[in-house]
Amino acid sequence: MTKRVVITGLGVVAPNGVGIEAFTKALKNGTSGISFHQELKDLNFSCQIGGIPIISDELKSKYFTDLQLRGFNSSGILYGCIAGIDAWRDAGFDVNEDSELDYDTGLIFGTGTSGVEKFREAIYKLDEGNVRRLGSTVVLQTMASGVSAYLSGMLGLGNQVTTNSSACTTGTEALILGHDRIQNGKAKRMIVGSCSDHGPYVWGGFDAMRVMTYKHNTEPEKGSRPMSATASGFVPGSGAGALVLESLESALERGAKIYAEVLGGEVNSGGQRNGGTLTAPNPEAVKRCISKALENAKVKNSEVDVINGHLTATTKDALEIQNWSEALNRKGEDFPFINSTKSLVGHCLAAAGAIECVASIIQIKEQFVAPNINCEDFHPEIQKLVHSGKIPLESQVQNFNVLAKASFGFGDVNACVLFKRFMA
Amino acid sequence: MNKDELIAKLKPIIAPYVQDEEAFKNLTEDTDFVNDLKINSANLVDIILDIEDEFNIRLENEDMEQMLNVRSAMAIVTSKLNS
Repeated sequence: MTKRVVITGLGVVAPNGVGIEAFTKALKNGTSGISFHQELKDLNFSCQIGGIPIISDELKSKYFTDLQLRGFNSSGILYGCIAGIDAWRDAGFDVNEDSELDYDTGLIFGTGTSGVEKFREAIYKLDEGNVRRLGSTVVLQTMASGVSAYLSGMLGLGNQVTTNSSACTTGTEALILGHDRIQNGKAKRMIVGSCSDHGPYVWGGFDAMRVMTYKHNTEPEKGSRPMSATASGFVPGSGAGALVLESLESALERGAKIYAEVLGGEVNSGGQRNGGTLTAPNPEAVKRCISKALENAKVKNSEVDVINGHLTATTKDALEIQNWSEALNRKGEDFPFINSTKSLVGHCLAAAGAIECVASIIQIKEQFVAPNINCEDFHPEIQKLVHSGKIPLESQVQNFNVLAKASFGFGDVNACVLFKRFMA
Repeated sequence: MNKDELIAKLKPIIAPYVQDEEAFKNLTEDTDFVNDLKINSANLVDIILDIEDEFNIRLENEDMEQMLNVRSAMAIVTSKLNS
């Protein structure tokens, strides 16, 4: 008998809101977290706007000791730890360095790369022949699993503790991996999520590929335009999202608050075949991923009420909509409501899946569909498949049960998961 | 620099890494960095770098290996300053 899995805690560090309360408000109000960054302009970036969460020194010191912050320069780990600790507390647990080791709880916290700024510092010292002057913190802040290492120690977790990495699919994949582990009875709780550094050294490669928009440097909040006819590339973002997944029986036993149920999901790869490449998706595999996710979740196509898409504001948005439409065999007015959190926070890269899963759960719990800002001019190819009323421009109160969330990533990898409103 | 002056200069360098404040209050020449002050052994290299900066000296790997307590730290710093 497999275990049912529910969500009992959330944490988020997003460009438009740090903490669940602020982020929920921003989602409802359609508040953009995108701003202009002089540093990008000075470095001759085409795209000079981006989404960076605002973290004060005071807030930092609530999560990290002075010693931990000494020589600390890894924004992704910072965001990940704040989101993870918040989620853990939200689920009703203490954070105490002397707590008993918890063998029932594990952690899968993904990232693309860690501490690029810290790595840059180290490289400068190394190239000057000064390897002996690096200090003790370079490894921990630049290893991919740095965020898992920091967080598991802060919380005292004794089940599986690891970091996954699958480009922009990372966060959603982490959630599915955690779900499967609980479903199979190998853990009672899994903290899942992902994080991404901010700044030029992470974003530069994308700027060089010309996949980020350069047309909105003077109007940053208009820059991220998923599903719009005038979408001209994504806006880079950063941050972290974290969710506490828990077996239903454990959650009920504790009397925990339950946000929603994770019905199941699927991860797969398009193998860079049938039109798939290192950077473009194989549509057949995307559709299969969605269909298999529905099958694993035991959800019928017709039961999907809302889609939180990957939808980055590149030329691939229309293809994604077509894939959803074909996989669900639904179009026009019959198409589910759909939104892209990226219109508000940009494309948070490795953090995107986790931040958007958190956004999805907030929408289920609070029964609303968050707005797609900057999408007044629907892309004509999307209009052919989706009735405009299904792409809300303003926050909409909706009674709904099932939300499908998908993320796709470089390397032609896909993840799709189904969430359901939980009624006690 | 006499012993008291040297200890007075070393204390603020060590302070950020100390995990046992009580032992730090009672610091003597015999205080051991790891066993008494509960300093994470990985942080010993950071203390070495901070000492280098403060005293404008260079400590070699052999010096680091010996620098396990306040007494040995003082001896090594003094010998570098006098050399």
